Amino acid sequence: MGSPPSFYRITGYWLKPLLILAMLLMVYGLVDGLFFAPPDYQQGDSYRIMFVHVPAAWMSMFIYGIIGVSGIIAFVWRMKVAEAVMMASAPIGALFTALTLLTGMLWGKPMWGTYWDWDARMTSELILLFLYIGVMGIYSAYDDDPRKAARLAALVAIIGLVNLPIIRYSVVWWTSIHQGASISLMGGNSGIKEWSMLRPLLVMALATKFYYLYSMLHRARSYLLRTEQNKSWVIKQVIED
Amino acid sequence: MTPTRKKRLILISLVVMGVGVATAIFLTAFKDNMMFFKSPTEVSQNDFPENRSFRLGGMVKEGSLQRIDNSLKIRFSVTDYGADVQVEYEGILPDLFREGQGVVTIGQMREDNVFAAEEVLAKHDENYMPPEVSNILQTEAQQ
Repeated sequence: MGSPPSFYRITGYWLKPLLILAMLLMVYGLVDGLFFAPPDYQQGDSYRIMFVHVPAAWMSMFIYGIIGVSGIIAFVWRMKVAEAVMMASAPIGALFTALTLLTGMLWGKPMWGTYWDWDARMTSELILLFLYIGVMGIYSAYDDDPRKAARLAALVAIIGLVNLPIIRYSVVWWTSIHQGASISLMGGNSGIKEWSMLRPLLVMALATKFYYLYSMLHRARSYLLRTEQNKSWVIKQVIED
Repeated sequence: MTPTRKKRLILISLVVMGVGVATAIFLTAFKDNMMFFKSPTEVSQNDFPENRSFRLGGMVKEGSLQRIDNSLKIRFSVTDYGADVQVEYEGILPDLFREGQGVVTIGQMREDNVFAAEEVLAKHDENYMPPEVSNILQTEAQQ
Protein backbone atom coordinates (compact mmCIF):
# COMPACT_ATOMS: atom_id res chain seq x y z
CA MET A 1 0.00 0.00 0.00
CA GLY A 2 2.91 2.31 0.71
CA SER A 3 4.21 2.40 -2.81
CA PRO A 4 2.26 4.28 -5.51
CA PRO A 5 1.91 1.31 -7.95
CA SER A 6 0.44 -1.07 -5.38
CA PHE A 7 -1.74 1.68 -3.88
CA TYR A 8 -3.06 2.41 -7.36
CA ARG A 9 -3.69 -1.27 -8.11
CA ILE A 10 -5.34 -2.25 -4.82
CA THR A 11 -7.61 0.78 -4.41
CA GLY A 12 -8.82 0.28 -7.99
CA TYR A 13 -10.90 -2.65 -6.74
CA TRP A 14 -12.44 -0.63 -3.89
CA LEU A 15 -13.89 2.27 -5.83
CA LYS A 16 -17.11 0.72 -7.13
CA PRO A 17 -18.15 -1.01 -3.87
CA LEU A 18 -17.47 2.18 -1.91
CA LEU A 19 -19.55 4.29 -4.29
CA ILE A 20 -22.47 1.84 -4.26
CA LEU A 21 -22.38 1.59 -0.47
CA ALA A 22 -22.25 5.38 -0.12
CA MET A 23 -25.17 5.92 -2.49
CA LEU A 24 -27.38 3.24 -0.91
CA LEU A 25 -26.73 4.53 2.60
CA MET A 26 -27.27 8.11 1.55
CA VAL A 27 -30.62 7.38 -0.10
CA TYR A 28 -31.73 5.34 2.92
CA GLY A 29 -30.51 7.96 5.39
CA LEU A 30 -32.14 10.88 3.58
CA VAL A 31 -35.49 9.13 3.10
CA ASP A 32 -35.44 7.94 6.70
CA GLY A 33 -34.47 11.35 8.02
CA LEU A 34 -36.75 13.46 5.86
CA PHE A 35 -39.88 11.28 5.90
CA PHE A 36 -39.80 8.72 8.71
CA ALA A 37 -38.05 10.37 11.62
CA PRO A 38 -40.54 12.07 13.97
CA PRO A 39 -40.70 15.89 14.10
CA ASP A 40 -38.97 17.70 16.94
CA TYR A 41 -41.08 18.92 19.86
CA GLN A 42 -39.72 22.48 19.52
CA GLN A 43 -38.64 22.92 15.93
CA GLY A 44 -41.15 20.74 14.12
CA ASP A 45 -39.87 19.69 10.72
CA SER A 46 -37.17 22.34 10.41
CA TYR A 47 -34.74 20.32 12.50
CA ARG A 48 -34.47 17.76 9.66
CA ILE A 49 -31.77 19.86 8.03
CA MET A 50 -29.48 18.44 10.70
CA PHE A 51 -29.41 15.09 8.89
CA VAL A 52 -27.27 16.89 6.32
CA HIS A 53 -25.71 19.55 8.54
CA VAL A 54 -24.37 17.38 11.35
CA PRO A 55 -22.79 14.62 9.18
CA ALA A 56 -21.27 17.31 6.95
CA ALA A 57 -19.84 19.06 10.01
CA TRP A 58 -18.39 15.81 11.33
CA MET A 59 -16.81 15.16 7.92
CA SER A 60 -15.36 18.66 7.74
CA MET A 61 -13.39 17.92 10.91
CA PHE A 62 -12.73 14.22 10.22
CA ILE A 63 -11.22 14.98 6.81
CA TYR A 64 -9.07 17.73 8.28
CA GLY A 65 -7.81 15.21 10.83
CA ILE A 66 -6.88 12.85 7.97
CA ILE A 67 -5.13 15.72 6.17
CA GLY A 68 -3.19 16.55 9.34
CA VAL A 69 -2.07 12.97 9.93
CA SER A 70 -1.10 12.37 6.29
CA GLY A 71 0.58 15.76 6.39
CA ILE A 72 2.77 14.60 9.27
CA ILE A 73 3.57 11.36 7.41
CA ALA A 74 4.33 13.30 4.23
CA PHE A 75 6.52 15.78 6.09
CA VAL A 76 8.50 13.33 8.21
CA TRP A 77 8.62 10.20 6.09
CA ARG A 78 8.22 11.81 2.63
CA MET A 79 5.69 9.18 1.58
CA LYS A 80 4.19 9.85 -1.84
CA VAL A 81 0.95 8.09 -1.03
CA ALA A 82 0.49 10.30 2.05
CA GLU A 83 0.99 13.39 -0.13
CA ALA A 84 -1.62 12.05 -2.54
CA VAL A 85 -4.12 11.34 0.27
CA MET A 86 -3.56 14.79 1.73
CA MET A 87 -4.00 16.74 -1.48
CA ALA A 88 -6.88 14.54 -2.63
CA SER A 89 -8.74 15.13 0.65
CA ALA A 90 -8.47 18.92 0.74
CA PRO A 91 -11.14 19.89 -1.82
CA ILE A 92 -13.57 17.28 -0.46
CA GLY A 93 -13.11 18.60 3.05
CA ALA A 94 -13.51 22.17 1.84
CA LEU A 95 -16.80 21.24 0.18
CA PHE A 96 -18.09 19.54 3.33
CA THR A 97 -17.12 22.64 5.32
CA ALA A 98 -18.91 24.91 2.88
CA LEU A 99 -21.95 22.61 3.04
CA THR A 100 -21.85 22.77 6.84
CA LEU A 101 -21.76 26.56 6.83
CA LEU A 102 -24.49 26.83 4.19
CA THR A 103 -26.93 24.39 5.82
CA GLY A 104 -26.16 25.98 9.18
CA MET A 105 -27.12 29.39 7.83
CA LEU A 106 -30.32 28.03 6.29
CA TRP A 107 -31.16 26.43 9.63
CA GLY A 108 -30.16 29.48 11.65
CA LYS A 109 -32.45 31.94 9.91
CA PRO A 110 -35.80 30.33 10.81
CA MET A 111 -34.72 28.95 14.21
CA TRP A 112 -32.38 31.53 15.73
CA GLY A 113 -33.54 34.46 13.65
CA THR A 114 -30.23 35.16 11.90
CA TYR A 115 -28.20 33.64 9.09
CA TRP A 116 -24.88 34.41 10.67
CA ASP A 117 -23.39 35.74 13.85
CA TRP A 118 -19.81 35.68 15.02
CA ASP A 119 -20.14 33.09 17.73
CA ALA A 120 -17.17 30.85 18.46
CA ARG A 121 -18.51 27.74 16.71
CA MET A 122 -19.34 29.52 13.46
CA THR A 123 -16.14 31.56 13.42
CA SER A 124 -13.91 28.54 14.03
CA GLU A 125 -15.71 26.56 11.33
CA LEU A 126 -15.19 29.45 8.92
CA ILE A 127 -11.48 29.43 9.82
CA LEU A 128 -11.47 25.71 8.98
CA LEU A 129 -12.72 26.57 5.48
CA PHE A 130 -9.90 29.10 5.12
CA LEU A 131 -7.39 26.48 6.29
CA TYR A 132 -8.57 24.09 3.57
CA ILE A 133 -8.28 26.86 1.01
CA GLY A 134 -4.84 27.73 2.40
CA VAL A 135 -3.60 24.15 2.03
CA MET A 136 -4.81 24.02 -1.59
CA GLY A 137 -3.55 27.52 -2.31
CA ILE A 138 -0.01 26.89 -1.03
CA TYR A 139 0.14 23.70 -3.04
CA SER A 140 -0.85 25.31 -6.31
CA ALA A 141 1.25 28.42 -5.70
CA TYR A 142 4.42 26.31 -5.73
CA ASP A 143 3.90 24.61 -9.06
CA ASP A 144 7.45 23.85 -10.25
CA ASP A 145 7.99 21.00 -7.79
CA PRO A 146 4.86 19.11 -6.66
CA ARG A 147 6.75 17.20 -3.96
CA LYS A 148 8.09 20.34 -2.35
CA ALA A 149 4.67 21.96 -2.74
CA ALA A 150 3.06 19.03 -0.93
CA ARG A 151 5.51 19.38 1.96
CA LEU A 152 4.78 23.08 2.30
CA ALA A 153 1.05 22.39 2.18
CA ALA A 154 1.60 19.68 4.82
CA LEU A 155 3.18 22.24 7.12
CA VAL A 156 0.15 24.53 6.82
CA ALA A 157 -2.16 21.56 7.37
CA ILE A 158 -0.29 20.44 10.49
CA ILE A 159 -0.34 23.90 12.04
CA GLY A 160 -4.06 24.12 11.30
CA LEU A 161 -4.69 21.01 13.41
CA VAL A 162 -4.81 23.36 16.39
CA ASN A 163 -8.21 24.53 15.15
CA LEU A 164 -9.88 21.12 15.52
CA PRO A 165 -10.16 21.05 19.34
CA ILE A 166 -11.24 24.70 19.22
CA ILE A 167 -14.17 23.83 16.95
CA ARG A 168 -15.04 20.81 19.04
CA TYR A 169 -15.03 22.63 22.39
CA SER A 170 -16.09 26.09 21.19
CA VAL A 171 -19.59 25.54 22.56
CA VAL A 172 -18.19 24.40 25.91
CA TRP A 173 -15.46 26.98 26.53
CA TRP A 174 -17.43 30.04 25.52
CA THR A 175 -21.03 31.12 25.55
CA SER A 176 -22.45 30.78 22.07
CA ILE A 177 -25.70 30.71 20.20
CA HIS A 178 -24.86 27.32 18.77
CA GLN A 179 -26.15 24.43 20.86
CA GLY A 180 -23.94 21.70 22.29
CA ALA A 181 -23.09 18.33 20.75
CA SER A 182 -26.07 16.38 19.40
CA ILE A 183 -24.51 13.06 20.28
CA SER A 184 -22.13 12.32 23.10
CA LEU A 185 -20.01 9.19 22.94
CA MET A 186 -19.72 9.08 26.71
CA GLY A 187 -23.46 8.73 27.26
CA GLY A 188 -24.34 11.85 29.17
CA ASN A 189 -27.76 13.38 29.71
CA SER A 190 -28.07 15.72 26.77
CA GLY A 191 -28.33 15.12 23.07
CA ILE A 192 -30.58 12.90 20.99
CA LYS A 193 -31.98 9.91 22.82
CA GLU A 194 -34.68 8.86 20.36
CA TRP A 195 -33.50 5.97 18.17
CA SER A 196 -35.72 6.95 15.22
CA MET A 197 -33.92 10.34 15.12
CA LEU A 198 -30.50 8.91 15.84
CA ARG A 199 -30.70 6.24 13.13
CA PRO A 200 -30.81 8.51 10.05
CA LEU A 201 -28.06 10.64 11.58
CA LEU A 202 -25.75 7.66 12.04
CA VAL A 203 -26.61 6.27 8.60
CA MET A 204 -25.78 9.62 7.02
CA ALA A 205 -22.53 9.75 8.99
CA LEU A 206 -21.58 6.37 7.51
CA ALA A 207 -22.73 7.37 4.02
CA THR A 208 -20.59 10.50 4.02
CA LYS A 209 -17.57 8.48 5.24
CA PHE A 210 -17.91 6.02 2.36
CA TYR A 211 -18.46 8.84 -0.11
CA TYR A 212 -15.33 10.53 1.16
CA LEU A 213 -13.30 7.32 0.86
CA TYR A 214 -14.54 6.80 -2.69
CA SER A 215 -13.92 10.35 -3.77
CA MET A 216 -10.57 10.66 -1.99
CA LEU A 217 -9.18 7.39 -3.39
CA HIS A 218 -10.35 8.34 -6.87
CA ARG A 219 -8.58 11.69 -6.62
CA ALA A 220 -5.48 10.22 -4.94
CA ARG A 221 -5.10 7.74 -7.80
CA SER A 222 -5.19 10.43 -10.45
CA TYR A 223 -2.83 12.54 -8.31
CA LEU A 224 -0.32 9.67 -8.37
CA LEU A 225 -0.72 9.17 -12.13
CA ARG A 226 -0.09 12.86 -12.68
CA THR A 227 2.90 13.29 -10.37
CA GLU A 228 4.51 10.00 -11.41
CA GLN A 229 3.79 10.33 -15.11
CA ASN A 230 7.37 9.60 -16.19
CA LYS A 231 7.69 6.42 -14.12
CA SER A 232 7.52 3.04 -15.83
CA TRP A 233 4.58 1.76 -13.74
CA VAL A 234 2.36 4.59 -14.95
CA ILE A 235 3.24 3.96 -18.58
CA LYS A 236 2.56 0.24 -18.12
CA GLN A 237 -0.71 1.03 -16.34
CA VAL A 238 -1.88 3.34 -19.10
CA ILE A 239 -1.12 0.73 -21.77
CA GLU A 240 -3.05 -1.88 -19.75
CA ASP A 241 -6.06 0.37 -19.34
CA MET B 1 13.94 5.76 12.39
CA THR B 2 16.75 7.46 10.53
CA PRO B 3 18.30 10.57 12.11
CA THR B 4 16.87 12.90 9.43
CA ARG B 5 13.34 11.59 10.00
CA LYS B 6 13.78 11.91 13.73
CA LYS B 7 14.93 15.48 13.28
CA ARG B 8 11.92 16.31 11.11
CA LEU B 9 9.56 14.65 13.59
CA ILE B 10 11.04 16.65 16.48
CA LEU B 11 10.86 19.82 14.40
CA ILE B 12 7.23 19.32 13.51
CA SER B 13 6.26 18.42 17.11
CA LEU B 14 7.96 21.58 18.33
CA VAL B 15 6.11 23.66 15.74
CA VAL B 16 2.76 22.12 16.70
CA MET B 17 3.44 22.54 20.41
CA GLY B 18 4.53 26.14 19.91
CA VAL B 19 1.46 27.02 17.88
CA GLY B 20 -0.74 25.16 20.36
CA VAL B 21 0.66 27.00 23.37
CA ALA B 22 0.47 30.35 21.57
CA THR B 23 -3.16 29.73 20.62
CA ALA B 24 -4.02 28.63 24.15
CA ILE B 25 -2.46 31.78 25.62
CA PHE B 26 -4.20 33.94 23.03
CA LEU B 27 -7.59 32.36 23.69
CA THR B 28 -7.21 32.65 27.47
CA ALA B 29 -6.16 36.27 27.20
CA PHE B 30 -9.17 37.11 25.04
CA LYS B 31 -11.59 34.85 26.87
CA ASP B 32 -13.95 37.72 27.66
CA ASN B 33 -14.00 38.92 24.07
CA MET B 34 -14.67 35.41 22.80
CA MET B 35 -17.79 35.15 24.91
CA PHE B 36 -20.80 35.54 22.68
CA PHE B 37 -23.03 37.07 25.34
CA LYS B 38 -23.14 38.38 28.90
CA SER B 39 -25.22 36.56 31.49
CA PRO B 40 -27.83 38.37 33.63
CA THR B 41 -25.61 37.79 36.69
CA GLU B 42 -22.72 39.63 35.02
CA VAL B 43 -25.02 42.41 33.88
CA SER B 44 -26.54 42.85 37.34
CA GLN B 45 -23.01 43.25 38.71
CA ASN B 46 -22.49 46.08 36.21
CA ASP B 47 -20.05 43.98 34.21
CA PHE B 48 -21.05 45.25 30.76
CA PRO B 49 -19.90 47.90 28.28
CA GLU B 50 -21.73 51.18 28.76
CA ASN B 51 -23.15 53.20 25.88
CA ARG B 52 -22.33 50.40 23.54
CA SER B 53 -24.30 47.45 22.17
CA PHE B 54 -23.66 44.06 23.69
CA ARG B 55 -25.37 40.70 23.79
CA LEU B 56 -27.34 39.51 26.79
CA GLY B 57 -28.16 35.81 26.88
CA GLY B 58 -30.10 33.50 29.14
CA MET B 59 -33.52 31.97 29.59
CA VAL B 60 -36.78 33.82 29.06
CA LYS B 61 -38.23 33.76 32.57
CA GLU B 62 -41.48 31.79 32.88
CA GLY B 63 -44.47 34.08 33.26
CA SER B 64 -42.51 37.27 32.57
CA LEU B 65 -43.65 37.89 28.98
CA GLN B 66 -45.92 40.94 28.60
CA ARG B 67 -47.27 42.26 25.32
CA ILE B 68 -47.99 45.95 25.27
CA ASP B 69 -51.37 46.63 23.69
CA ASN B 70 -51.71 48.08 20.19
CA SER B 71 -48.01 47.70 19.39
CA LEU B 72 -45.35 45.13 18.63
CA LYS B 73 -43.65 46.03 21.90
CA ILE B 74 -42.96 43.28 24.39
CA ARG B 75 -41.29 43.08 27.75
CA PHE B 76 -39.76 40.02 29.33
CA SER B 77 -37.07 39.04 31.82
CA VAL B 78 -33.94 37.17 30.92
CA THR B 79 -32.69 34.98 33.74
CA ASP B 80 -29.83 32.63 34.48
CA TYR B 81 -31.57 31.52 37.69
CA GLY B 82 -29.18 33.76 39.61
CA ALA B 83 -30.30 37.18 38.45
CA ASP B 84 -32.93 38.67 36.14
CA VAL B 85 -32.68 41.49 33.63
CA GLN B 86 -35.72 43.29 32.21
CA VAL B 87 -35.73 43.46 28.42
CA GLU B 88 -37.86 45.58 26.13
CA TYR B 89 -38.11 44.83 22.44
CA GLU B 90 -40.17 46.01 19.53
CA GLY B 91 -40.38 43.83 16.45
CA ILE B 92 -40.93 40.35 15.20
CA LEU B 93 -39.75 37.46 17.33
CA PRO B 94 -38.17 34.26 16.00
CA ASP B 95 -40.37 31.14 15.92
CA LEU B 96 -38.57 29.48 18.77
CA PHE B 97 -38.97 32.40 21.15
CA ARG B 98 -40.97 31.21 24.16
CA GLU B 99 -40.92 31.32 27.93
CA GLY B 100 -38.47 28.91 29.50
CA GLN B 101 -36.33 28.78 26.33
CA GLY B 102 -32.91 30.21 25.64
CA VAL B 103 -32.57 33.64 24.07
CA VAL B 104 -29.80 36.00 22.98
CA THR B 105 -30.70 39.68 22.81
CA ILE B 106 -28.58 42.44 21.28
CA GLY B 107 -28.96 45.99 22.50
CA GLN B 108 -27.97 48.57 25.11
CA MET B 109 -28.59 49.03 28.80
CA ARG B 110 -30.77 52.04 29.52
CA GLU B 111 -30.50 54.40 32.49
CA ASP B 112 -33.53 52.78 34.15
CA ASN B 113 -31.80 49.37 34.09
CA VAL B 114 -34.00 48.03 31.32
CA PHE B 115 -32.18 46.39 28.45
CA ALA B 116 -33.41 47.89 25.18
CA ALA B 117 -33.03 45.11 22.62
CA GLU B 118 -32.69 45.86 18.93
CA GLU B 119 -32.52 42.21 17.97
CA VAL B 120 -33.74 39.03 19.62
CA LEU B 121 -32.33 35.64 18.66
CA ALA B 122 -33.65 32.33 19.91
CA LYS B 123 -31.23 29.74 21.23
CA HIS B 124 -32.25 26.11 21.25
CA ASP B 125 -30.57 23.17 22.91
CA GLU B 126 -29.31 19.86 21.59
CA ASN B 127 -32.14 17.78 23.07
CA TYR B 128 -34.13 16.94 19.99
CA MET B 129 -37.07 14.64 20.68
CA PRO B 130 -40.48 13.78 19.29
CA PRO B 131 -43.46 15.68 20.81
CA GLU B 132 -44.82 12.51 22.47
CA VAL B 133 -41.59 11.96 24.38
CA SER B 134 -41.52 15.56 25.55
CA ASN B 135 -45.15 15.23 26.76
CA ILE B 136 -44.28 12.11 28.74
CA LEU B 137 -41.24 13.84 30.26
CA GLN B 138 -43.39 16.81 31.23
CA THR B 139 -46.07 14.74 32.94
CA GLU B 140 -43.35 12.81 34.76
CA ALA B 141 -41.80 16.06 35.91
CA GLN B 142 -45.14 17.29 37.22
CA GLN B 143 -45.81 14.14 39.26
